[in-house]
Amino acid sequence: MITPRAGSVVFQHVRKQFGAFTAIHDLSLTIEPGQLVTLLGPSGCGKTTTLRMLAGLEHPTSGQILIGGKDVTMLPANERDVSMVFQSYALFPHMSSLDNVAYGLESAGMKRKEARERAEEGLKLVGLAGMGARLPAELSGGQQQRVAVARALVLEPQVLLLDEPLSNLDARLRRQVRTEIRELQQRLGFTAVYVTHDQDEALAVSDRIVIMKDGAIAQEGSPRDLYEAPASAFIADFMGEANVVACDVLSVDGADATIRVGALEHRVPSRNARPGPAKLAVRPNAITLEPASSAAFPGRITHAAYLGDHVEYEVETGTGRLFVVDPAVERALPPATDVAVGFKGRGIALING
Amino acid sequence: MDTGKDNRNRRLDITLGLGIFAFLLIPWYRIEGGFLSFGWLPGFPGEASVAPGLLQILLHGRWWLVIAALMLAVAGVARITKDPRRRGALLVLSGAIGVLFLTLQGLAIGYSGWAWTISDRLFAALPDGQPSMGAGAMLSALVFVLLFSFGLAERGAMKGDAFVVASIALLIFLVAIFVFYPVGSMLIGAFQDFDGSLNPAGFTRNIQDPAIWSLGCVLGGDRCGVAWRTLWLAIMTAGGSTIMGLAFALVATRTRFPFKKGLRLLTVLPIITPPFVIGLALTLLFGRAGVVTEALSSLFGIEPGRWLYGMTGIWIAQVLSFTPISFLVLIGVVEGVSPSMEEASQTLRADRWRTFWRVSLPLMKPGIANAFLIGFIESMADFGNPLVLGGSHGVLSTEIFFAVVGSQNDPSRAAVLAIILLCFTLTAFLAQRYWLSGKNFATVTGKGDSGAHIALPRPLSIGVHVLVVPWMLFTVVIYGMILFGGFVKTWGLDNSLTLDHYARAFSVEMRDGVLSWTGVAWNSFWTTMEIALISAPLTAAVGLLTAYIIVRQKFVGRNVFEFALMMSFAIPGTVIGISYIMAFNLPPLEMTGTALILIACFVFRNMPVGVRGGIAAMSQLDKSLDEASLTLRATSLRTVRKVILPLLRPAITAALVYSFVRAITSISAVIFLVSAEYNMATSYIVGLVENGEYGVAIAYSSMLIVVMIVIIASFQLLVGERRLRRENRVAGLTTAPSPLLAQEKAA
Repeated sequence: MITPRAGSVVFQHVRKQFGAFTAIHDLSLTIEPGQLVTLLGPSGCGKTTTLRMLAGLEHPTSGQILIGGKDVTMLPANERDVSMVFQSYALFPHMSSLDNVAYGLESAGMKRKEARERAEEGLKLVGLAGMGARLPAELSGGQQQRVAVARALVLEPQVLLLDEPLSNLDARLRRQVRTEIRELQQRLGFTAVYVTHDQDEALAVSDRIVIMKDGAIAQEGSPRDLYEAPASAFIADFMGEANVVACDVLSVDGADATIRVGALEHRVPSRNARPGPAKLAVRPNAITLEPASSAAFPGRITHAAYLGDHVEYEVETGTGRLFVVDPAVERALPPATDVAVGFKGRGIALING
Repeated sequence: MDTGKDNRNRRLDITLGLGIFAFLLIPWYRIEGGFLSFGWLPGFPGEASVAPGLLQILLHGRWWLVIAALMLAVAGVARITKDPRRRGALLVLSGAIGVLFLTLQGLAIGYSGWAWTISDRLFAALPDGQPSMGAGAMLSALVFVLLFSFGLAERGAMKGDAFVVASIALLIFLVAIFVFYPVGSMLIGAFQDFDGSLNPAGFTRNIQDPAIWSLGCVLGGDRCGVAWRTLWLAIMTAGGSTIMGLAFALVATRTRFPFKKGLRLLTVLPIITPPFVIGLALTLLFGRAGVVTEALSSLFGIEPGRWLYGMTGIWIAQVLSFTPISFLVLIGVVEGVSPSMEEASQTLRADRWRTFWRVSLPLMKPGIANAFLIGFIESMADFGNPLVLGGSHGVLSTEIFFAVVGSQNDPSRAAVLAIILLCFTLTAFLAQRYWLSGKNFATVTGKGDSGAHIALPRPLSIGVHVLVVPWMLFTVVIYGMILFGGFVKTWGLDNSLTLDHYARAFSVEMRDGVLSWTGVAWNSFWTTMEIALISAPLTAAVGLLTAYIIVRQKFVGRNVFEFALMMSFAIPGTVIGISYIMAFNLPPLEMTGTALILIACFVFRNMPVGVRGGIAAMSQLDKSLDEASLTLRATSLRTVRKVILPLLRPAITAALVYSFVRAITSISAVIFLVSAEYNMATSYIVGLVENGEYGVAIAYSSMLIVVMIVIIASFQLLVGERRLRRENRVAGLTTAPSPLLAQEKAA
């Protein structure tokens, strides 16, 4: 039976420089055992570098990395108790899938026969029993990906690292495989660090999400926290699109605050805001449009695109251009219509940055 | 379980054991009859000449070696040190001091005591000197290099990867010994007398010699100095072979020439042709007793002249020899120009002529410059053709040779000439690297670039055909001469056919039921095969290891490392030869007259090509394969063995074949290094030519060409098969990682 031992991960003030370029500034992060944590961010944000430092493929310029409570900062990759699923899978093309899965076990000194038995078990775990004799090139993309996962899991690592594991799969398969990975992780209970730039993927699989920007952590929290209470305009925009609108906080009473945009007033969660000018992140589907020649918050449609199950509008208003998604396809409004802009639902949050 | 620590201790134990073994159980100094003959066993360990390091200290007054023993002991202390950082520091210290000390004592203490007068003054005079380093000393040096690398790795260098650190350190160590030390010795040799004492007189006399620098031919005197003549010849040869190579490349890719397959065959020719063979064939055609000369003389009464023996002859031979190389470089360039650029130009109302001159040719320019520089370096380094055709009008490479072996016997002159030659080629090499680097427009991307190259404008098409067709016929005639010449009794005098020459060279007899190789060529033939067989795998190994480190590892000074290794490409063979003689004739390292010096010469001369092949092949392997292997608990050594080498098989085979064939055909460095015991085929053939035995020389040369064709063809078959299978296997994978690479670069 393959039972990875869930270990914790700690980054303490880790910094990484490549020549004059600082990839990671002072990163501190703790990952609890048994959790699946996603590093999410645009390309160049340092998430892959962070993962590679955890694997031992890069060494930090300063700071410490602990895995399962043990300082591994100076250890080379082959002496760390982690294993990694690569974006390209990196299956050895000249070895059968069974040999690929057994490779790590044999490297660690296990006898060939025993290693192959465990590898067989690993293939069974990912639903590829009996496919061991095939070469990677003879497997479909999804099967290759599962061999890569089995190859990493049979080592029973304290932490499993996944570097954009779905990016080489087509859209339909992606949804299925991400469910499988999450299901496997919850069943076996291992710690996993998952790197992706796709926020849907991150929302779907994670216990916690760490959003990175420019080599630092921008915000971390549960998927729900990040979506509903983004700390900054960057995060609001990154976790699903958002319109950032200037507003005035009129009054704060307890958990709620009253804000005003144009002449329109609305109540939102206060999130420690103080009265005065502030910024509001508004999801495109939290905006209502009604045809009207005069309104508290007037706007004028400049573009409209019919997309089957919804209509997308661009609306010019006094505080800037808004992007709106309206499910009411039966009354699509033409461009140059004057509208009254309103807010609805939960997709509106006060932000600080 | 802490596997990492076990691993570190095990490799340290093995290395320390090796160090103790080297110090206690192997002769420290060089054994006269060779270490592997084991003639030293009876006298071991007591006699001074064969005693191991420890007894040299205790019994034979070589007290200074105690420092090396001490450093080994320091490493032993490190082994039982707990604190990892201090342990690493101790290892680095002991290794570094050990290597430096061994080098220093080797250089400072010669046969009869201190080699430098300054140390005589600083320390007391030594009663006794020491012979050259032997197996014990060399093994100890290796152990110290390893200790140094392990120490660095334990302190976190190269991500703590001991295999990588040790490989880099070893490569630098070897290149220092076999490239920089000899070239350095040669530079110093220019300022020395025969006995090794410092004497700048020889240098000042030679560097001002009008025979080298005279500008007589320009200023109205009789002739120019050898340096200017060589430079002029190199420029003419580079120009000629580049124009011919470009014409061939254009014909091969942009016309409907019917014999394109035959053109491709041309690319194999320079690899298998010993360098003096073209010159030899030219003498058979145009020499005083040549076919053409005789025919002209009898038909038109033209007096047989000696015009071939001089610059003109050398120039023709060199252009013939190097056109295929230039073709090889330029065909990639011409094919690499994206057809869509040419198509774009045509849609912008440009005709073929304008498209060629304004788009295609400018895009090829860096490649053409590259071909020119390669031709320049090759011409400078060429030794075989000038030797056969030069007569009294030598070039630098032959003058170097005659300065050593001839009646002059002036090593200082040889060194000065070699320095001048080295300056010319290194300048060209530097120009090639810095001026041309990053200027290659003609790149083949992975994206399918549809479209076809346009045909050449008509006048140009006629022009290149006019150049190419006669030249091809000429080449065919030349190689026909080579194969045919071996069957003619006495060229020019008695043109009857005979097998005598082959019989003299390769006869085999049965004597008393034992096969006996009675031909005169067998001895050098088998030596050549043996040395080529030993050096080929070493060359491939060193070349591919270097390529692995250059492509896969990032470290400070990587560019310098790469440059230093590739530089040996630009050192002409004659310079290597003369510098090896000067460096390895005296302690601390004596190798002249052995097979070892020939092998070392081949490995470090041919390595750059292995490196290039390895870099090209390795760049196509997705880096995440190595990384996956590392995260799967494999060491770098296991990664190289199990993942990289199996995937590089075609590159390995190519490197093996190339270095094998080069070891058979090269002459320039070899002619300095051969001995009675180890004579090589090429230098034997040159000896035959000097004795006027053209028939046997030609017969032997054709035999070599045939042998090499067989070897290349059989390897080609093997590699071809492998590649097909490999492509099938890798297909799914090599396509997938390319977007990854792009993303990783962005990230």
